[in-house]
Amino acid sequence: MSFNQKHLLELEHLTREEIETILDTARQFKQTFQRSKKKVPTLVGKTVVNLFFENSTRTRTSFEIAAKRLGADVLNFSASTSSLSKGETIIDTARTIEAMGSDVIIVRHSCPGAPHLLAKKVQSSIINAGDGCHEHPTQGLLDIFTMREKKGKIEGLNVAIIGDLSHSRVMRSNVWGLLKLGAKVTLVGPKTLVPRAFEKFGCKICYSLREGIAEADVINLLRIQLERQQQNLFPSIREYKLLYGLNGKSISWARDDVMIMHPGPVNRGVEISQQIADGPLSVINEQVTNGVAIRMAVLFLLSHPSGK
Amino acid sequence: MATILIRGGRVVDPANNFDQTADILIDGETIKAIDGKIGVQADEIIDAAGLLVTPGLIDLQVHLRQPGEEDKETVRTGSYAAAAGGFTSILAMPNTKPPIDTQADVYNIYHIANQRAVVRVYTAAAITAGLQGERITEFGDLVRAGAVAFTDDGMPVMNGEIMRRALEYTSMFNVPVLQHSEDLNLSNGHVMHAGEMSAKLGLPGYPSAAEAVIIARDVELAAMTGGHLHVQHVSAKRSVELIRAAKRRGVYVTAEATPHHLCLTEEAVEGFNTYAKMNPPLRSEEDRQALRDGLRDGTLDLIATDHAPHTEMEKELPFIDAPNGTIGLETAFPSVYTVLVESGVLELNTLIERMTAGPARVMGWEDKGKLFVGGPADVTIIDLNTEREVTSDTFFSRSKNSCFYGHKFKGWPHTTIVAGRIAYAHGAINEKIKSVS
Ligand SMILES: [Zn+2]
Repeated sequence: MSFNQKHLLELEHLTREEIETILDTARQFKQTFQRSKKKVPTLVGKTVVNLFFENSTRTRTSFEIAAKRLGADVLNFSASTSSLSKGETIIDTARTIEAMGSDVIIVRHSCPGAPHLLAKKVQSSIINAGDGCHEHPTQGLLDIFTMREKKGKIEGLNVAIIGDLSHSRVMRSNVWGLLKLGAKVTLVGPKTLVPRAFEKFGCKICYSLREGIAEADVINLLRIQLERQQQNLFPSIREYKLLYGLNGKSISWARDDVMIMHPGPVNRGVEISQQIADGPLSVINEQVTNGVAIRMAVLFLLSHPSGK
Repeated sequence: MATILIRGGRVVDPANNFDQTADILIDGETIKAIDGKIGVQADEIIDAAGLLVTPGLIDLQVHLRQPGEEDKETVRTGSYAAAAGGFTSILAMPNTKPPIDTQADVYNIYHIANQRAVVRVYTAAAITAGLQGERITEFGDLVRAGAVAFTDDGMPVMNGEIMRRALEYTSMFNVPVLQHSEDLNLSNGHVMHAGEMSAKLGLPGYPSAAEAVIIARDVELAAMTGGHLHVQHVSAKRSVELIRAAKRRGVYVTAEATPHHLCLTEEAVEGFNTYAKMNPPLRSEEDRQALRDGLRDGTLDLIATDHAPHTEMEKELPFIDAPNGTIGLETAFPSVYTVLVESGVLELNTLIERMTAGPARVMGWEDKGKLFVGGPADVTIIDLNTEREVTSDTFFSRSKNSCFYGHKFKGWPHTTIVAGRIAYAHGAINEKIKSVS
């Protein structure tokens, strides 16, 4: 066990050992889920604050359940952008919360680097719950946890990530974590939505869905946003579905035992058909359960340096 | 009138191909003598043994923020920063609030400068009214009021027809049109260079082509009209190549690069460092190398700082919301000297040329950027040996947003003499001198 970080801001700068420590700790917490009494009171007396500048009920709820199972007091703070427009900065907001006695602040913000900024300015531990297009480390960790649990190991695993990769924090956290643990990552999507630089970082890039998923053990689908169509990054949702949608036909290009993942919320009928999302290859609900275990592990490790 | 004798320094004056140990005697506002040994008495004697003596440095891109944003900088504090950086003449950008686009605005800048500034302050005026990119300003009247160049800096002139007319009309008055070259459609919503770092950070990046396409267009317009196009803060390799080719063709185009683009790359943004957020953005290693080549072969005529003061509060916003720009006056010579000259990439003579004779030539300032008997006594003395880390406590600028914190530089200005008066010496500004313009 080795984990001495004060904050969890990104997976890019974590070591393989640190990531494995989080995964192993999460596995232990997951075992407690079978019990009738699910509480593991290791954070009693600590205050965990969800500071969300951007709405996300599912991520906020997942953190809330994780913190409560550890016995922490949880406070949800939805910062409206209106208070910020009155000249209050996010640093002011975080300091206000800290003055009320927070130990851990979980931050969701639309600007990349916002949690990093707060980490420099406040005393509490900061967990990045998604910063714009940059990273979403707990999502990356829960995805990798799910892959490891289902496929046995990450080393040598072929993972295809499909969708709007340029604007995806989930992609970035997946890529850094997977590469550190020895997976082979293929990025699949239209040329306008795949950041070429990731080839240099060690990913394979593929603009054809058929080629991109042929070898995959795991397919991780990302949500496609309508906004990108307005920016002329692809012509229409219709064409996106034709070229990159995962449906009864395109799934036949993949291996029979391929595992289908999606961070949610799913655009049913767009990046993935209803049938496949709810079918036997999909582990989408499993991911949600694992999310709680990962977030418990992260909260625990940040509050107990070196796993003490 | 007071006399100053600068004794025993290494005098480097690229305009006159002069590089030797010499004394300089200043009498009043002019240089009285330059000689191996001047054996006369003077009111003040500066021992420059072991120091570098150059013509006063010139900076053609300075944001003084007055009127409108005096919490960031004023003509006075900006002139202090200039003097501390070894500059004796600076060109103020007109993107103030409101912008400098009328005769009265120009008079106002010179009025404040005459009362408050310790270096020579010149101002550019806007190309289009209100920097709106729609209607050209009264170029003739603005020149008469004292505007020495035109620019919408901060914004490009996006409309080709307006740029064409600006180049055509201003050429009657022999003043340059300074273009901030950026295709706003290609850069829209983007906050840094499109490269490896933007891919990692998930920040929207804009490509070098956004700069090059405007330069390519403007070069054609300059060729067609005979106007003087000056390309500001060149940041990319293709831009340098386009300017080099245009110069070979004989087009009247000149260009500049900033110390930060010459010294740093997109790597400086690592960790969401807003102090390295500027526009044009810090680009790739390849771009940086091309800028250095361009500076060496003269494709880039000069170094200009694009001194852009911002408050600490604004720079502590999330990266996307933080404003563009770094202060640069006080670190300009030390940064480029240390990073390029000390490492053998650039000749000392070339560096000095690009900060003295180069800008003077671009502006048509015949008596500036060089040392000659009878000429204005604008002289800078620089210490090439003492190494010092860049810290905020030595800055005279009202703002502290430097992209160079933590860097250790040599080549710090020692004394700055403007029109025969010591504006800066021993780390202090001589506040008593005013009205030098
Ligand atoms: Zn500019």
